[in-house]
Amino acid sequence: MSKLAKKLMVETKDLTKIYDGTTAVDNLNLHIEEGDLFGFLGPNGAGKTTTILMLLGLTEPTSGSVYVAGHNSTREPLKVKSISGYVPEKVGFYENLTAAYNLAYIARLNNLPEEIVKKRVSETLDIVGLADKAEQVVGEFSKGMKQRLALADILIKTPRIAILDEPTSGIDPEGINQLLDLIAEIARERKMTVIMSSHQLHQVQRICNQIGIMVQGQLLVKGSPDQLGKDSLDSSQFKIEIKLTETTQGIIDAVKRIKGVLSMDKTEDKLLIGCSKDLRPQIAKAIVEADGLLVEMKIQSYALEDIYLKYFKEA
Amino acid sequence: MRGLLTVFNKELADYFISWRGIILFGVVLLTAVFAIYGPSGALQNIRAELSSTTQLGATQFVFLRLFTTSGQGSQSFLYFVSAFLIPVIGIALGFDAINGEKNNGTLSRLLSQPIYRDTVFNGKFFAGIATIAIMLTSIILLISGLGLNMIGVPPSSEEAFRLFLFIVLGTLYGAFWLGLSMLFSTFLQRVATSALAAIAVWIFFLVFMLMISTFIANTLVPIDQTSATQEIFRNIGIQITASRASPIFLFQEATTVILAPGARTASEILQLQQSAGAGLVSSTLPLGQSLLTIWPHLVTFIAITTMLFAISYYKFMREEIRST
Repeated sequence: MSKLAKKLMVETKDLTKIYDGTTAVDNLNLHIEEGDLFGFLGPNGAGKTTTILMLLGLTEPTSGSVYVAGHNSTREPLKVKSISGYVPEKVGFYENLTAAYNLAYIARLNNLPEEIVKKRVSETLDIVGLADKAEQVVGEFSKGMKQRLALADILIKTPRIAILDEPTSGIDPEGINQLLDLIAEIARERKMTVIMSSHQLHQVQRICNQIGIMVQGQLLVKGSPDQLGKDSLDSSQFKIEIKLTETTQGIIDAVKRIKGVLSMDKTEDKLLIGCSKDLRPQIAKAIVEADGLLVEMKIQSYALEDIYLKYFKEA
Repeated sequence: MRGLLTVFNKELADYFISWRGIILFGVVLLTAVFAIYGPSGALQNIRAELSSTTQLGATQFVFLRLFTTSGQGSQSFLYFVSAFLIPVIGIALGFDAINGEKNNGTLSRLLSQPIYRDTVFNGKFFAGIATIAIMLTSIILLISGLGLNMIGVPPSSEEAFRLFLFIVLGTLYGAFWLGLSMLFSTFLQRVATSALAAIAVWIFFLVFMLMISTFIANTLVPIDQTSATQEIFRNIGIQITASRASPIFLFQEATTVILAPGARTASEILQLQQSAGAGLVSSTLPLGQSLLTIWPHLVTFIAITTMLFAISYYKFMREEIRST
């Protein structure tokens, strides 16, 4: 029911872009609902940035169409640009101007009345934690600070949709997490749709409720992280690794009989068991009953990482 | 419209507060001071000329002579401005206009704002023209102020108008160099390359054009010491026509007419010589006639600049923002 109530924020129909004979985006049909935090995953050169540029009307599609909040991005780019904030991959500022001036410039270009520009600038800098750096020239900023400023840069126009192209590249791990949490927090508070492209799965996983994996111009899968995990690995979500003093056939048979065990691999001294839920107690019991001596038992839920890598291999 | 004004204001502010602007204004200040006070500056000569009024038109347009008189062994203010100052300002303001923003990563951020794409381009171009106009006005005012103080002769209204015309003409000439360097900055990806390309064109017109026009003239009408007067005139005529391909020559010709109404340009003399019987009239050219003489120059500058602007505009509007 909630699906019907939600509006589509981004919709592409057979979107295709061909650059000098190579297809960057291939018949893409992408739907993103309002309020989603969409993680756009894919290796470098998969066509993520090209898709984003077409969403914003900065690049014209070769064929197909793209709509943002009901506006055709190719025909009404100004309408789309006025409701969307964009942080390019290689985001840059006027280095010899102050952070506040850089923001005020964007605010003015968005037709914000002069009397509220100043107020909005300081509010926005406050949100991203750069309030004390307002009068500092951007040339002195670190990469992480610039990314925060880039966030402020899109917030100042109070967009309905924020599009961030690789926002985390070049930042230290701690900074990445802070930035991601900030993005998630802002999106939640403002009920803003966010599209974030990345090639780092765990970053997307941290905040996104929808993930799309793009490879060679095509969207391979799209869905929530949990959904993707289930679909792609035949529901064997857990992997249990056990180490025994001696692995007998009796033990193997006993474990195989447990309901829910889907696969079993035997290596030199380990057993790898794939199952649909956490079966550690049952397995332990079965081993003990088969007179096995358990040395170690580890469980790992399938990280999306494996799924992601699997898609990469297939592509 | 508001977007255009915003870009214009920002670019103008940028030109003035950046190191580039400070350096250019320093050059402007130096030019003014040296034009007047320099070791071989105009002042000495004007004083000498004023004391002997035999020279053609020396008593008229005294004030304008501040700008056109050259000191001993040096070039006049006019030559320096036309050959060096304005081209340098024009190139310096435009050489990184587009590719600088591209390399900085500010262009795609700018273009994702709800403004038309040409707003960025027009705003930069007009801000550049405004900067050139402001610099030229300040240099003229500076020299006028200093000169007024030294020679004590105020400019007549006609002289003031001629100086105003000079600023207009100089701004158009600067717009040409700005347009040229912006053209390179639109087509070339690297800032250093576009700066070099613009400088190369400048040096070509400054140094090689003279050689080329002499070569053309000597090939078409070879002359030596025994040549008839007519032959020599034809040779010079061709040389002048060929030189007019250079905007530097064109500007020099036009400004000479404006600022030195007593002087005759080489081509005028040539025309007079060729129309049989007519002698050289030793009087100054009225304002209306001066205007008429430079009209083609004015139109040419507007035409070339518009063309350069149009080409870069087209390229900039058609260009795709790529992912790399």
